[in-house]
Amino acid sequence: MVLRRFDVHKVTSVAEAVALRQRYGEDAAVYAGGTELLLAMKLGVARWPHLIDIKPIAALRTLAVTKDLVRIGATVTHWDLERDPAVANVLPVFARLEANVANVRVRAAGTLAGNLAFAEPHADPPALLVALGARVILEGPTGTRNLLVSDLLTGMYQTAIAPDEVIVAIEIPLPARDVRMAYVKFQVLERPSVGVAAVATVRDGKFVGPPAIVIGSVDEVPRAVPAAELAGALAGDPRTAEALAEAASAAVDPSDDLAGSAEYKRHVVGVFVRRALGQLMAGAA
Amino acid sequence: MGRREIALTLNGTQRRIEVEDQVLLIELVRGLGLIGTKLSCDTQVCGACTVLLDGRPVSSCTTLAIEAGGRTVQTIEGLADGTKLHPIQQAFIDRFAFQCGYCTPGMIMAAKALLDEKPDPDAATVRHWMEGNICRCTGYGSIVEAVLDVAHPERVGEKLP
Ligand SMILES: Cc1cc2nc3c(=O)[nH]c(=O)nc-3n(C[C@H](O)[C@H](O)[C@H](O)COP(=O)(O)OP(=O)(O)OC[C@H]3O[C@@H](n4cnc5c(N)ncnc54)[C@H](O)[C@@H]3O)c2cc1C
Ligand code: FES
Ligand code: FES
Repeated sequence: MVLRRFDVHKVTSVAEAVALRQRYGEDAAVYAGGTELLLAMKLGVARWPHLIDIKPIAALRTLAVTKDLVRIGATVTHWDLERDPAVANVLPVFARLEANVANVRVRAAGTLAGNLAFAEPHADPPALLVALGARVILEGPTGTRNLLVSDLLTGMYQTAIAPDEVIVAIEIPLPARDVRMAYVKFQVLERPSVGVAAVATVRDGKFVGPPAIVIGSVDEVPRAVPAAELAGALAGDPRTAEALAEAASAAVDPSDDLAGSAEYKRHVVGVFVRRALGQLMAGAA
Repeated sequence: MGRREIALTLNGTQRRIEVEDQVLLIELVRGLGLIGTKLSCDTQVCGACTVLLDGRPVSSCTTLAIEAGGRTVQTIEGLADGTKLHPIQQAFIDRFAFQCGYCTPGMIMAAKALLDEKPDPDAATVRHWMEGNICRCTGYGSIVEAVLDVAHPERVGEKLP
């Protein structure tokens, strides 16, 4: 398929990118890996006469692991994330998730920021990022602000990014040493049908506070499972798994689509919540 | 703007080419007569269009040609040394890893990127890496065996379970 004419503006600073967004408004889109953007343009569902290429901005390429967080610049790709030894060391579950996004070519070009900004509901990183309390750093004409990933994603292909803002980084706070996590997904098509992220602290076999269970890919946005009453529950008890699986199936609001009927998806959500808990406990100390 | 000159190294040769911004990498390479790179799904799913950009596999169907500016591009045509096939190409022949051959250039380029990074991968690694390359004819067993053979020429001809 041939693309209609457009101009690519290669920018070397975020300020320049923001200025172009202000100047062109709806006629321009930020362009990173292009894995979603160019597809949408080829399919004719979107047309932008101006693409703002942020890849030349050196500051957006940094991936840093500090004592408190992992900071992922907006042009860091899935390929970079799955290979980074420091990320694998502090967030092995996230590194493994990244290694299983899409296929090797999409990972080689596609960025985490682009994945979030596109807000396609069938995606892997959002569920785990929400469970970990990750934030997205945005820069606009009046400065920077940050949003929780749960506040960034507002609907199918909908985000809270203002028309003149650019994502500059994603920050994942590093959990305490004894926090356990798991991410499991069910996938039959190109993208996940159900993804379950679980993050919890377990001491003496019991949850410390409620476990954070987030269901991705089923609803338009990642769905957190209400689990307040499970604070202090025996984590390895089958009744706990049952209660969480039921709460998760009730929390999602699936619809019938190519990936399955609503009823089927509710069932799969329950099954994968049990699997996620199993993985969480398998690393048990 | 809209049209620019890019300098790239294409299969080992430095070239300067003028392209419009919206031109796709597959249009560029095929337009230069390098028609080994195939177009199929056009949506980044099948891998028939795989080329290497600075050694990384990309879908040339969904990559802008201007991305090649200042970088190296390798296509299937760049692998053989004269009439001597690249070991991956030879392994695909030895293992009967293709029938119609439409997916093969992409398969081989994907395999090259893998073997350049991990010269002796195990079968699970090969399967995971090649997941995004689709073959409608052969079945994947012989393709995986071909890639594994490259690191182990002594296996060639061995019947595998
Ligand atoms: C075949 C295929 C399979 C896939 N499978 C999976 C999967 O299994 N799991 C999964 O999670 N994902 C999957 N994806 C999605 C993939 O992760 C995304 O395509 C990729 O991460 C997008 O990044 P990009 O840099 O290419 O974004 P682009 O295509 O460049 O941009 C995407 C959107 O984000 C905007 N944007 C990009 N960067 C910024 C920024 N810094 N600030 C503001 N806006 C920005 C763009 O304007 C555009 O609207 C798949 C995609 C494809 C094509
Ligand atoms: S034609 Fe490019 S991935 Fe299928
Ligand atoms: S050999 Fe025909 S598609 Fe693979």
